Amino acid sequence: MQIKRFGFFAFLLAFSISRLAFASDDHEAHGDHDEPADKGIKEQIEEVKDHHLKDSHSFHLWGDHANGTSVEFPLPVILWDGELHFFRSSEFHHNENQVVESKGSYFRLYHSKIYKTDAEGTIHYDEEHHATNERPLDFSITKTVFSTILVGLLMLWLFGSVAKRYKKDLVPRGIAKFMEPLVILVRDDIARPNIGEKDYKRFMPYLLTVFFFIWIANLIGQTPLGINITGNIAVTLGLALITFFITQFSGKKDYWAHIFWMPGVPYLMRVVLMPIELLGLFVKPFSLMIRLYANILAGHVVIMSIIGLIFVFGAWGAKGAFFGLTFFLSIIELLVAFLQAYIFTMLSALYFGSAVEEHDEHH
Amino acid sequence: MAVAFGSLLQEQTEKDYKVALFEDFSVGLFFWQLILFLVLLFVLRKFAWKPILGAVEEREKSIEDSLASAEKARAEMERLQSDNERILAEARAERDVILKEAREIKEKMIGDAKTEAGTQAEKIIANAKEQIHNEKMAAVTELKNQVAEMSIEIAEMVLRRELDDKAKQGELVKDQLDNFKLN
Repeated sequence: MQIKRFGFFAFLLAFSISRLAFASDDHEAHGDHDEPADKGIKEQIEEVKDHHLKDSHSFHLWGDHANGTSVEFPLPVILWDGELHFFRSSEFHHNENQVVESKGSYFRLYHSKIYKTDAEGTIHYDEEHHATNERPLDFSITKTVFSTILVGLLMLWLFGSVAKRYKKDLVPRGIAKFMEPLVILVRDDIARPNIGEKDYKRFMPYLLTVFFFIWIANLIGQTPLGINITGNIAVTLGLALITFFITQFSGKKDYWAHIFWMPGVPYLMRVVLMPIELLGLFVKPFSLMIRLYANILAGHVVIMSIIGLIFVFGAWGAKGAFFGLTFFLSIIELLVAFLQAYIFTMLSALYFGSAVEEHDEHH
Repeated sequence: MAVAFGSLLQEQTEKDYKVALFEDFSVGLFFWQLILFLVLLFVLRKFAWKPILGAVEEREKSIEDSLASAEKARAEMERLQSDNERILAEARAERDVILKEAREIKEKMIGDAKTEAGTQAEKIIANAKEQIHNEKMAAVTELKNQVAEMSIEIAEMVLRRELDDKAKQGELVKDQLDNFKLN
C-alpha cells in the first residue's frame, strides 16, 4: 500500500515538478520567503486537494489541464432538465469556452459542477461570487459512481469466486481461505452478539455487503488513483438510510413500545422520553453517516495536506520529515479504513438487534 | 516549523470540510450509490453470501456431527470393552462355580463312598458277629443237650450198676466219667 502511496507522491511530483523548480529558483533568488511564490505552491496544492476531494466528471490519472499533459479518460454525463441529455465528459474540453450543446441546451462545466448557460458559456454570479445559473439534475456516471461500480464488480468477482470455491469443496482454499475469517468475524463478532441467535441470519447479507463495501471502498481511497468514495456524504447518507429503513421495517412490538411508551417508568417520564427516543431514531443513522464521511474525508485531507507540505517547505530535512509523517499516517489510515467499516457494521447490527429484541421481563 | 505546519493544516482542513459538506452534496451520486449498493446487495446475497454462509454452516455442522459421532463411537467402544470385561468376569465366575461344584461333588462322592463302605463293613461285621453268636449259642445248646443226654445215660448206667455192685458202681461212674472226658 505504501508503495502505491509513494506512487501517488510521484504523480503529484510529476505534474508539479516544473513549477516547483521555478518556485525554488525564486526562493533562492530573493533569499527569503517570498509571499507570492509561496502562495503559488499553496494554491496549486489547494487545487489538487479540492480536485481530489470533490467528485469529478472524468477520471483523471495524472498531468495538468493547463499545460495539456493531463492523462484522463472521459465518463458519461447524464443530465435531466425535463429531457434527458447524454454525452461524454471529454466534450467539455473540445471547445474553448467548455460549453457542450445537447438538444438545443448549452451546458458548461464550472468548478466541477454542470450549469446551464447560453451558447457562449456565460456564468452569472451573485455578490459572493457564487454561480447563479440554473443547474440540471446531474445523474452523470462521475468518478465516484464509476469507482463504486468498480468496487461492486470487484466484490462480485471476489465473493463470486469464493462461493464457487465452496461449491467444489467445503474446505476453504485460496481466496476463500483469506475471506472466510472476515465473513466469520462479521457473523460471530458483529451479527450474533448484537442481534441474537434467532434473528441474525436475516441481516447477514446486508451486514456482509456493507462491511466489505465500506472496507474495500476505503482501501481503494488509499491508492494513488485519488478515489474518494466513502468520503462523500451522499454515499454515506445512502448507506445510513438503508440501515435506517431496515431497522424500522424489522422493528417489533417491543421496539416501538420502547420508543413511544417506555415501559417501566412513570407516566410523566414516558411523555418526556418519547420525543427523545424519536429524535434518537434519526440521530442514529445521522451519526452513522457523519462518522464514516468525516473520518474518511479527514484522513484524505490530512494526508493530502501533509503531502502538500512536502512541497511547501524547501529544506530537504523538512521534506523527509513530512514524507515520514505521510508514511506513518498512511498506515494509520489503513487501520481507520478497517475500523470504520467495522464500526458502521457493528452499529448497524446493534440497531437491528434493538429492533428485533423481545423483552421477557419489563424493566 | 511545527506552528507553521499546524496553522497551515488547520486552515486547509477547515476550508475543505466546509466546501465538501455544504456544496458537494450530489443528488446524482446519492441516486447512483443507492441503486448500485442495492443491486450489489441483492446480487451478492443470491450468488455469494447464501452459498458462502451455507457452506460455512454446513462445514461447521459436519465438523460438529463428526465430533459427536466420534464421541459416540468412543462411548460405544467403551461400552463394548466393559461388556467384554463383564462377560469375561462372568465366565470366570461361572468357571469358578463349576470347579467348586465339581470339587464339592467329588468330595461328597468320596465321603459318600466312605460312609457307604463303613456301614457295609459294620453291617458285615454285625452279621458275622450275629452268626458267630448264633453258632455259639447253637453249639452251646447242643452241648447242653449232649451233656444232658450223657448225664441221663450215665445216670441210667449208674442206676443199673448200683443195682449190681456197689463198689463196681463207683468204679463205673469213675470210668464213665473218664470216658466222658469232655472232649
